[in-house]
Amino acid sequence: MTPFAELIERLVFTPSRNAKLRLLTDYFARVPDPDRGWALAALTGGLEFPAVKAGVVRGLAVERVDPALFGWSYDYVGDLAETVSLIWPKRHGANRVPSLGEVVDTMREASRSTAPALVAGLLDTFDTNERFAFLKLITGGMRIGVSARLAKVALAQYGDADVAEIEELWHGLEPPYEDLFTWLDGRAPKPSIDDKAVFRPLMLSHPLEDGDKASIDPASYRAEWKWDGIRVQVAALGDQRRLYSRTGDDISGAFPDIVEAMDFDAVLDGELLVYQDGAVQSFNRLQQRLNRKTVTARMLEEHPAWVRLYDILFDGSEDLRDLSFDDRRQRLEQWIGRIAPGRMDLSPMIDFPDWQTLDDMRSSTANSAIEGVMLKRGDSTYVAGRPKGPWYKWKRGPLTLDTVLMYAQRGHGKRSSFYSDFTFGAWRPGEDGEPELVPVGKAYFGFTDEELAQLDKWVRGHTVERFGPVRSVAPDLVLEVAFDSVGRSTRHKSGVAMRFPRISRIRWDKPAAEADHLSTLEALIVD
Amino acid sequence: MPGDFFVDPVRPAGRAVITHGHADHARPGNASVLATDQTLAIMQARYGDQAGASLQPLAYGEPVEIGEVSVRLVPAGHVLGSAQVVLEYRGSRVVVSGDYKRGADPTCAPFEPVPCDVFITEATFGLPVFRHPPAGDEIAKLLNSVALFPERSHLVGVYSLGKCQRVIALLRQAGYDRPIYLHGALIALTELYQRLGVQLGDLRPMADVAKGDLRGEIVLAPPSAIADRWSRRLPDPVVCAASGWMRVRQRARQRGVELPMIISDHADWDELLATIDEVDAPEVWVTHGREEALVHQVTQSGRRAQALSLVGFEDDAVD
Ligand SMILES: [Zn+2]
Ligand SMILES: [Zn+2]
Repeated sequence: MTPFAELIERLVFTPSRNAKLRLLTDYFARVPDPDRGWALAALTGGLEFPAVKAGVVRGLAVERVDPALFGWSYDYVGDLAETVSLIWPKRHGANRVPSLGEVVDTMREASRSTAPALVAGLLDTFDTNERFAFLKLITGGMRIGVSARLAKVALAQYGDADVAEIEELWHGLEPPYEDLFTWLDGRAPKPSIDDKAVFRPLMLSHPLEDGDKASIDPASYRAEWKWDGIRVQVAALGDQRRLYSRTGDDISGAFPDIVEAMDFDAVLDGELLVYQDGAVQSFNRLQQRLNRKTVTARMLEEHPAWVRLYDILFDGSEDLRDLSFDDRRQRLEQWIGRIAPGRMDLSPMIDFPDWQTLDDMRSSTANSAIEGVMLKRGDSTYVAGRPKGPWYKWKRGPLTLDTVLMYAQRGHGKRSSFYSDFTFGAWRPGEDGEPELVPVGKAYFGFTDEELAQLDKWVRGHTVERFGPVRSVAPDLVLEVAFDSVGRSTRHKSGVAMRFPRISRIRWDKPAAEADHLSTLEALIVD
Repeated sequence: MPGDFFVDPVRPAGRAVITHGHADHARPGNASVLATDQTLAIMQARYGDQAGASLQPLAYGEPVEIGEVSVRLVPAGHVLGSAQVVLEYRGSRVVVSGDYKRGADPTCAPFEPVPCDVFITEATFGLPVFRHPPAGDEIAKLLNSVALFPERSHLVGVYSLGKCQRVIALLRQAGYDRPIYLHGALIALTELYQRLGVQLGDLRPMADVAKGDLRGEIVLAPPSAIADRWSRRLPDPVVCAASGWMRVRQRARQRGVELPMIISDHADWDELLATIDEVDAPEVWVTHGREEALVHQVTQSGRRAQALSLVGFEDDAVD
């Protein structure tokens, strides 16, 4: 448990991606099986201990510590697991510290009735950091800024493998991943997953830059609409049916309607959408169904899901990824004709003689469910990752709004000495009839290092008030903000939420009074 | 108090007894100052002429009479020269702890418990969540990190009096013999420690070194400098801070610290309670920190306890 606790302790405070990777690869190299595999499972969200609830932990602490002291301490620290880890009384002559594997075994066998005594016994053997890591582990609060993707990149670095190989294997393996580590250590061949409906890493595209058009021949590329949903992989094999997000997260639980329709043996690539009355609905509607473990009957009825298919990777067990795009497209059309799957249709191709025609179609489409166009070279095989050349995305121009800087917050890591997180607002009529600013979004990228230094200086020179790491500034600086779309939001005071806001220009020249009004933003809302 | 003098007065006094050189205890402008040699030297380094009109050194353990009161200084283990003030008057004894700790510190004499009738204790870390781990373990964390990130510099935030020199001495104890680089604000007091006989090895001003040459090195700076523009002079620093406050994650996070090192020059909760038991005073006055929890706990154990509020004390503005 000690190395795991040390790892968690470092990761919690480490902002930089590269430093996190270093900590993880170092851990994988130092720590034996099965502990490193359990740690991997904990970090990637693959471990759950339903027998333990936060209430149990609190109850144990109050049994051992004076309640008044516990109350003051909890008020001061603010986090239950942390308070308990700090305040738990030392017990002399406690047992040796068990390994992470032993802890996991113990807790997996725990029932609701045996859990409290087991938890207390383990807390007695641990030091403060071990208690913290343990409590976060068993109460499912392991939020330490490590995504599953990052953990996989670390594995790839550790074993000198391609992260696409790890992604491909990932969903076919089980904690504590001993076969995976044995392969990465070079002591066994790669584990086989041929008989499983596992995630196959997606092929991704590059944005089309102005310079690209001159160097590529439109005749060798195919075009189709880029739909504004989320990219998914539909994988069905034997009795296994999975819907994966672009990063390989299993989101089947939130989309039982799609899963029910997966009555076939194939792996497909498509866009997950809400589809109703014969039309694709806005991204905002799809958002209602995302990030849920389960879904109500009413949600299913109000926001029915649909997959618009772009590509086919496997037909049955036949791997089609080495075929050209044109051949795969033909196989996809035949497959749809043969299977006629429910809740899915084919993404139509767009004929275009030259770039200008395509550009006009792209800019003039009134369909808000279209984000732009995709360009795919006819002879391209399906390659995991983001190769440069075969696929391009050509988005519609972003929307922009002139906003006023309201608050700035210090960044993390390299940026911790800079004010680099910016909250900006738009005008609206105040109660007294005078215009007032209401925050409409937050952005922390879009500017160059040089612009960041200028913004930082401006913030320091125009601070009105400080609250911890946050400063409010005089409403004098206009920021042009670019964003992909805007929807309604009940979580924000302004009632709107932008998608992907970033600072596109600093308008040193523009008077703040001439910045945009909230009503301008509201007019852009798509429901 | 019969004797007409003040311990660590907040405003200039005619006659002051000073426990140690930290600015919340040793203030400039007193007419006459009684303190250890080292504390007087520290005050002179900080305040020059303002250290006090008349400076009277008093060695540990030597009694001096002020009016009807006998005054004695006893090591407090907090920083170099730090002392508890033992006051005896008509057969009863009061001990003013000043700031103190019980953990080992290679830069100062260890705390000596003195049995007494009234113990006036500090309570900076007077909550049971504050339990400092062994300082050697925290130094090992830093050295492990230096080994793991050899292309980065490690920037450690330390208070200029006490913590800075203790961290250096602990690094030396752990066998670290590379040069250690210092922010300009740390140099004067560190040199004073060396003049007073504390061995600290090869120290260099950071200002003289090119940015690239600080890769893989340890740099010490005052806490205020670590998250400020000044830190941009270092190559991709791992920001560390050595303080008892680092025990609480939110505190570390607020300061943008990447490697918190829980090293404190104040007693933690267990040390406070153990010390009160050792001096075995029937009456305990609690000051300088979180009084309520400590008063509660001491009362539970059958002693009289009360909070003694001090003016001019500001939470973690202190070491
Ligand atoms: Zn002090
Ligand atoms: Zn103090």
